[in-house]
Amino acid sequence: MNTESYWSIFINASLVNNFVLAYFLGICPFLGVSGKMETATKMGGAVTFVMLISSICAYGIHALLVAIDAPFLQLISYIVVIASTVQLVEMFIKKMSPTLFRALGIFLPLITTNCAILGLALFQTNKAYSLSQSLVYALGAGIGFTLALILMAGIREQLEFAEVPDVVKGTALTLLVAGILSLMFMGFSGLGS
Amino acid sequence: MSTRITNNTDKKAEPSSTDEFIKGLWRENPVFVQVLGMCPVLAVSNTAQNALAMGLATAFVLLMSNILVASLRNFIPKQVRIASFILIIATFVTIVDYAIQAISVDLHKNLGAFISLIVVNCLILSRAEAFASKNTIGKSIMDALGMGVGFVLALFCLGAVRELLGNGSLFDVAIFPESFQEWIIMILPAGGFFTLALWLIVFNYFKVKKAKG
Repeated sequence: MNTESYWSIFINASLVNNFVLAYFLGICPFLGVSGKMETATKMGGAVTFVMLISSICAYGIHALLVAIDAPFLQLISYIVVIASTVQLVEMFIKKMSPTLFRALGIFLPLITTNCAILGLALFQTNKAYSLSQSLVYALGAGIGFTLALILMAGIREQLEFAEVPDVVKGTALTLLVAGILSLMFMGFSGLGS
Repeated sequence: MSTRITNNTDKKAEPSSTDEFIKGLWRENPVFVQVLGMCPVLAVSNTAQNALAMGLATAFVLLMSNILVASLRNFIPKQVRIASFILIIATFVTIVDYAIQAISVDLHKNLGAFISLIVVNCLILSRAEAFASKNTIGKSIMDALGMGVGFVLALFCLGAVRELLGNGSLFDVAIFPESFQEWIIMILPAGGFFTLALWLIVFNYFKVKKAKG
């Protein structure tokens, strides 16, 4: 049993060990949908939601697998649950907001292959969090992901107006900015411990 | 990103199997050109050894899943293909995970959760979907080998630079003299972003130069 306080879990997951900038999880959507502020915010919301649901599911599955003594099924069952959750969210968004559905495009089904979500499920199992701790962890990770995405989108919207040499344009520029953001987030280390 | 996709579908001519192999090394290098599978590339490339191990593990999963997907391509219904691919990949990743644990506990500790995260490496799924599900087993093997070697090379390029500058060594063998001031930033997360950005700039430089003639 892990006795870490909720506050410390939250701060650690969202700022100190930010999933994108310190653990490099979820880089694909981070580079892909961070072009516009609006899409970035909604993508962050969708990812946070999937994280919360899959965190609950992962907790249940882990308990079940321990009971039937089959730890080698862990990875396979986690990924199946995440894939079905994403499918559910996809249908929900398609029904509720077709505009958002089009804006997110290919990146919506790709939440399945977002390492941040599988990573979250694996980390919470490794750290032996209780159900409520897992939920706080998922919330923190989701908010951290959204925060990184929004910061990036804000910077990239400004960069549109900047003169950039041809060779640096595109992904290289985004990665350089991400590196600087990552340096910034290092300033949070020591918080919440 | 859209230009890259059109490039892939553009080529109509039937390429030879050596060509399937070569394209993964340079022209369609998974990391430097397609920018796929970034998470492990950035996360475990802090030393050359970790990078190499991670690259080999990924290449193995890529090869095995390409073979299985290609041989089952006529039996998997179109609607559930992505789910089936992911299940196939997850099975091989579980095998690799246990194999690495059996070979070296230290290495397993260094790579941590990132071995399991090979499942969600976009590179493997994209090869299964874009290539193996449409081509013969032989061609899929060549494609997986090419992409795998390209991935290992790219990871090694990153890992070597980061270890050399951040630690002054290569494969734990000191290269620079004692007086060398290590660039700690290179082994920290930020260094990963910067190193990859620099490699991409190098690749872009050659692309721009070629385009200009």
